[in-house]
Amino acid sequence: MENIISRHRNLTVLAVVLFAQVLGLAFQVHKTTSRGADRLIRVWAVSAMTPFEKAVVHTTSWAADAWNGYFYLRNVSRQNQQLREEIQRLRLEQVRMAEDARQARRLQVLLGFKEQFISQTLPAQVISTTGSEFSRGIYIDKGARDGIKPDMPVITADGIVGKVLRVYPTSALVLEISDPSSGAGVILEKSRLQGILKGSAGGGTSVANIMADEKAEPGERVLTSGGDRVYPKGMMVGTVSKVTSAGTFLNVEVKPAARLDRLEEVLVITKVVEMAPDASELSGPARAIDILTERLPSVPAPNPADKSAVPPTTAELAAREKQAAREAAAAAAAAKPEAGTSAAPKPNPPVPAMQGAGEGARGTPTKPAVKKPAPPRPAERTNPSTKEPPR
Amino acid sequence: MPAPHASRQQIEVYRFSVPAAFGLPLLALLLQAFLPVRAPFFAIFDLPLLITIYFAVGRRNQITGLLTGGIIGLLQDSLTHQPIGLYGIAKTVVGYAASSLGVKLDVDNPGTRLLMTFGFYLSHQAIYFGVARGLAGEALSWRWGHEVIGGAANALLALVLFVVLDKFRQRA
Repeated sequence: MENIISRHRNLTVLAVVLFAQVLGLAFQVHKTTSRGADRLIRVWAVSAMTPFEKAVVHTTSWAADAWNGYFYLRNVSRQNQQLREEIQRLRLEQVRMAEDARQARRLQVLLGFKEQFISQTLPAQVISTTGSEFSRGIYIDKGARDGIKPDMPVITADGIVGKVLRVYPTSALVLEISDPSSGAGVILEKSRLQGILKGSAGGGTSVANIMADEKAEPGERVLTSGGDRVYPKGMMVGTVSKVTSAGTFLNVEVKPAARLDRLEEVLVITKVVEMAPDASELSGPARAIDILTERLPSVPAPNPADKSAVPPTTAELAAREKQAAREAAAAAAAAKPEAGTSAAPKPNPPVPAMQGAGEGARGTPTKPAVKKPAPPRPAERTNPSTKEPPR
Repeated sequence: MPAPHASRQQIEVYRFSVPAAFGLPLLALLLQAFLPVRAPFFAIFDLPLLITIYFAVGRRNQITGLLTGGIIGLLQDSLTHQPIGLYGIAKTVVGYAASSLGVKLDVDNPGTRLLMTFGFYLSHQAIYFGVARGLAGEALSWRWGHEVIGGAANALLALVLFVVLDKFRQRA
């Protein structure tokens, strides 16, 4: 036996090394979490690589910033002009969207919706990749010391990137949405179809679990649905690029909005707050019609105890007019002897029918014109000008 | 014992200085992880594999070759999110095979280097794929076109890279 082993020493060593690795592999696959020796190896390897990667990335960034900021200033003036025009356009768009947002939040208040708000983010720089085509992930220069934790979503201004998978002291591994083992709950914006965004071996992304009898069209935007409890709802994921039928389900290919192959800086969402929209937050720029509504007089509700507040009938009005005429005639007859010495007095005008209906009806606002945050119009308000057309 | 048809140059055994033996694999791992950030097309290359092949055929020692491949593979594994050992197993086998081949072939010939790297790349990918699917249960799919293109790209890079690495080797 010993003779055989020594004769085939090289093959024996190969078999031992392979067996040891297969054993280690089986041990890792059996475990669900990375806490043992593999964790130690990863920490050592990543900690050894990270300082060099950080140094290279920060040096190149500094050099690029210096070059672009101080030396290469060609076309800056034209770019400046273009950006100004872009700002003007975005301002107009912002006004329109702010109004839509306020209306949406009013509806959310009414319906008792709960929203997820991104309350805290941490910018991070991409320092490296995993270096493997079979593992689509990136390393960022923020880690446990910066408050990064597993499962935190990572985004850019364009869309979602992935989620934090492993955290090291000064860096973290982010699993991109294009990795075959990743998954994100998404919803198609127009058709409202929900599914799971999965990565593929080729680096593409597609939405799974959409039945073949549903309809999705290329160009439709794909947003996060919030159902995975990782990504906040409503974040941009990408656009549908191709739809094919694959048996029972549709294969909806998605082009990610974020450039996953050219990431330099990302945002890690470190805190997400779930809360219902507060009605007091809805006070924004008041519309003219709302201000007018508040200032216009209105008829208060009738008080049953106050008889004067009850409007008289037509018969009562006629009787009152006759009575007034008789009193005027009597007064004129009584004053006839002195008619030559003084001007004839004018008859008292008839008592206005609504005089007793309240002082408030005479131009005095019934309540101060304090703008409240757009509550639903009170039912008792009767001024027809206050009625808004339904939106 | 060298093959009968091998010339003296073919059986030349090389060694590498300690800084080169440790520094070159680490530099390869560093570049492999860093360069795709700036140049996404670089992800198709496998620098650690090329270093494994070069060291194995240069030293012409099967045990050294498999150990070099195994260590480089395990380090590469530790940077990914997948179980440690996938690259380790693949590169262990490639290191052993490359050192075995180095005993029998003129590995300084550009044509040999081209074909050898192409073949080892495909073997490496096939072993990785088989182990990842079969043992680790990873959801991978084999893409012939992509792997052939990758093999060709790595073989071309090896032509240039091996000439550069030749400057670090010393006759044993």
